[in-house]
Amino acid sequence: MAKAHEKLFPGTGDRRAPQLTELSTPLSKAMRLRLFEWMVTTRKVEARMGTLYRQGKVVGGLYRGEGQEGISVGTAMALQDGDIVGPMIRDLGAMMVRGVPPRDVFCQYMARADGPTGGRDCNTHFGDHELGITAPISMLGALIPVVSGMAWASRQQGNNPVGLTYIGDGGASCGDFHEGLNMAATLNSPLVLIIENNGYAYSTPVQAQSQVEWFVDRAPAYGVLGMQVDGNDVEAVYNATKLACDHARSGKGPVLIEAITFRMNGHAEHDDASYVPEALVKAWSKRDPIDILRDRLIDEGVKSKRQIDNLEQKIFDQLRDDYEFALASDMPDALYATGGVYSEDDIGQPDPRRAGR
Amino acid sequence: MTITYIEAIGEAISQEMERDPSVLLIGEDVGHYAGAFKLSKGFLESFGPDRIIDTPIAESAIVGHAIGMAYMGMRPVVEMQFIDFIACAYNMVTNFAAKSRYRQGLACPMVIRGPSGGGVRGGPFHSQNVEACFLNVPGLKIVAPATAADAKGLMLSSIRDDDPVLFLEHKYLYRRIKEVVPSNEAIPLGQAIVRREGSDFTIVTYGAMVFEALEAAEQIATETGAQAEVIDLRTLAPLDMETVYQSVRKTNRCMLVHEACLTGGPSGELAARLSEEFFDWLDAPILRVAALDSPVPYSPPLEDYFLPKSVDIVFQAKRLLAY
Repeated sequence: MAKAHEKLFPGTGDRRAPQLTELSTPLSKAMRLRLFEWMVTTRKVEARMGTLYRQGKVVGGLYRGEGQEGISVGTAMALQDGDIVGPMIRDLGAMMVRGVPPRDVFCQYMARADGPTGGRDCNTHFGDHELGITAPISMLGALIPVVSGMAWASRQQGNNPVGLTYIGDGGASCGDFHEGLNMAATLNSPLVLIIENNGYAYSTPVQAQSQVEWFVDRAPAYGVLGMQVDGNDVEAVYNATKLACDHARSGKGPVLIEAITFRMNGHAEHDDASYVPEALVKAWSKRDPIDILRDRLIDEGVKSKRQIDNLEQKIFDQLRDDYEFALASDMPDALYATGGVYSEDDIGQPDPRRAGR
Repeated sequence: MTITYIEAIGEAISQEMERDPSVLLIGEDVGHYAGAFKLSKGFLESFGPDRIIDTPIAESAIVGHAIGMAYMGMRPVVEMQFIDFIACAYNMVTNFAAKSRYRQGLACPMVIRGPSGGGVRGGPFHSQNVEACFLNVPGLKIVAPATAADAKGLMLSSIRDDDPVLFLEHKYLYRRIKEVVPSNEAIPLGQAIVRREGSDFTIVTYGAMVFEALEAAEQIATETGAQAEVIDLRTLAPLDMETVYQSVRKTNRCMLVHEACLTGGPSGELAARLSEEFFDWLDAPILRVAALDSPVPYSPPLEDYFLPKSVDIVFQAKRLLAY
């Protein structure tokens, strides 16, 4: 018989009940609204990107974090100035919370000159050192030691930062997960590592990825603090991340947080995810992180349904300027292809091997 | 006072650490044990555990952490206990460090250094030359010194460089080369040097093969009177082709020598550039002398057969001159 947590986390009822870090102190109204706004903004930016993708404006792949906004937003909101975050592909929310404007996201996906990498890299593969965001590479797990190294270095420089990065249930199989977390622990690095356990790594279900019951079970193997949280409850995610950051910041070592969630789309836009049982998607759709917080805000009288509807419409409308800016932005000059490889040549030079063009 | 090749490298690192507090050394057994080759003897006492960092056996995480430190403005020097182990960090070096400036506009000033090369009976995993695996990776600089003075001067420049530098030390030279080394003269990356002047043919090489080439040049001169010009590239990326071209303009014959395996080795790139740009100046085909296409074997007769020696250079030089 399926256990009680099957209702909370469909598809996991055969595992032991997770030990969830619950919200300890109620969050302020202002904070709850900010969490809500950022989740809605993230969802709407990705939805607009879906439209642009179908219109052929996104030249490469589109990867969405639908259903996981509670994790990207809740974790990033718990950070402070001077903290470092290394977002993965489904963590657009974290980037925007830290200050990345939606127009950067649109320009980047549409490979425009005004994008943060000027067309050199794709999707959410961009960072902003000023905002404390460092860009991922496609090879999973690689951010873990890099973000740990950044946080360690910043502490050596007299700051008191946390480095926060993410990995999926699939990425947690990569060697860098082990090497990175193990070495972060030996350096006592102020690292907070979020495992977004969303059930699938591309088409591979979590059971084929790892035989530990929950990913948090790995924490003791590294001598780090492990926590579990309902990834679709943004308030609980925020709260758990705060506790984890306090722990890491006070010099007690890295923290591993397993956020239990579900991937509501395919791996990328081209993937119809027909391998995911329909019943599972249907069950999880009743646990949408935006819906959960919206219901709470209305039920608890923080905002009326009408006010919430207006707020969501306003967020949607505000994106128009951003994607229209991106649509009007030029494609990059071809010479930008070869510049910036080394410190000596920031601008590319015409290559005689392309003289025939 | 003369110092060895390995002492020269250690001196360069400690001098930079004294000059610049952002420089640190990180790797396996570099602190208490002072490194497998004792390069960092006394470093831990001088600089403390925050700047001489002993790590777990985790090359990928070591390079990964160093990248993070470099992003924050530090200048980590990463020791690979043997350069062969860089295979375990290939992703970090080629995908994270090398593409950092291009993708993020973020400087990644770091040196990844370690003992490379054979001739010490190290077997397949403690003897390799890895430069060819990294030459095809834009964003990396690759240095391979042959003398103690170069090792020091190039290490000073490598640490000060704003790009990731792969610094290939030849372990056969570690204690065999001993010379007077300038106290603080940085040698710019990307500059080859003429080790022996000659007008009859050019030998382009680097690393430990410089000495095989010089020995061969003397023998050829004695036997035939032909004078070889020996060029030590010193830096493989960027490549100083101008020095090579200048020599070939004079000699019109060129051979390429390296200890890396033949197929796909750096000589292929050099030969291609020479034939594309300098075909008219060549009176003979470009010949190559390199290690054979096998893993580095352990047993002396096997490794000695595998490695290029001066006798092979002499043999090929006679073919080159006779053409």
